[in-house]
Amino acid sequence: MEATDTIRVRLNGKERELEAGHTVTSLLESLELHPGMVVVELNRDILERERYREAVVSDGDTIELVHFVGGG
Amino acid sequence: MSEARATLDTARSLDGPLTIAEVDFTSRLIVGTGKYTTNEVMVDAIRASGAEMVTVAVRRVDLDRTKEEAILHHLDPEEFFLLANTAGCYTAEDAIRYARLARAAGFNEFVKLEVIGDETTLLPDVQATLEAAKTLAGEGFKVMAYTNDDLITALRLEDAGCVAVMPLASPIGSGLGVVNPYFIREIKRRLSVPVIVDAGVGTASDACVTMEQGVDGVLMNTALAAADDPVRMAHAMKHAIVAGRLAFLAGRMPAREIAVPSSPTRGMLD
Repeated sequence: MEATDTIRVRLNGKERELEAGHTVTSLLESLELHPGMVVVELNRDILERERYREAVVSDGDTIELVHFVGGG
Repeated sequence: MSEARATLDTARSLDGPLTIAEVDFTSRLIVGTGKYTTNEVMVDAIRASGAEMVTVAVRRVDLDRTKEEAILHHLDPEEFFLLANTAGCYTAEDAIRYARLARAAGFNEFVKLEVIGDETTLLPDVQATLEAAKTLAGEGFKVMAYTNDDLITALRLEDAGCVAVMPLASPIGSGLGVVNPYFIREIKRRLSVPVIVDAGVGTASDACVTMEQGVDGVLMNTALAAADDPVRMAHAMKHAIVAGRLAFLAGRMPAREIAVPSSPTRGMLD
């Protein structure tokens, strides 16, 4: 794969190489995550669900995917 | 389930609802969702407890997940009122970030604000809690603030716009019960917003004694999750909360260190 086809992001604390051109929607799909079950923080800003489709994942982005887990 | 309802029906006929920020709850018990051995036991225990409000934590999705950890796969948000928490946060900034993420999930504006100040005791950092409470209340959050049993902090949290103040009975997960009932009573006497005792209840008698102090509710997690039989303990807690509440409303007899006969002293035979 050529370097231009991939980007590097920090996803949930880990460096990852992704195919270039992902939107948040396609990234969630590739991770088999339901958009309604997660909240996305892109470079420290919360991304509203309506923007998942248009939000493009870029080289150097820091992405956090969070959800609710058991806790007290 | 029907038995859980019967107990709550009794409570409903003798007591008003627990109202937090204009939302009514029949049950005065709020439960956590952590530390259960299985999700099935968790759901069964929560149903047995009769609790309507359940608290959940915000965490990163584990992308190498081997099991389904998302709580919403197991808890129906139509059945329970979700109270997201900021558990695990040690700064006001982190707690605010977690609260905003929780709200973006789209269920409600309630947050159980928790800012821990010490890893050993898990006691709250009240200064950071107050700071975060002010910011979050200003952003429209319905803040239910976990705090220590200090009256002054409780009053300041109320002033900051919290919709409920939640002093601890004793440290999180300790199961020591109410270590200072006087402080809990004083906080309840002085605040206008609901006072929910959060953390430290170990068994049913602790829950009952806590409610007898006159507080509006109790939040617990480990007391159920770490019981040998969480579902049975959840039944016990449901009864204990109702019993303590009704005993408080009924007004107890004066305690005195002298015996007083219950039967007439007159009319005894010669």
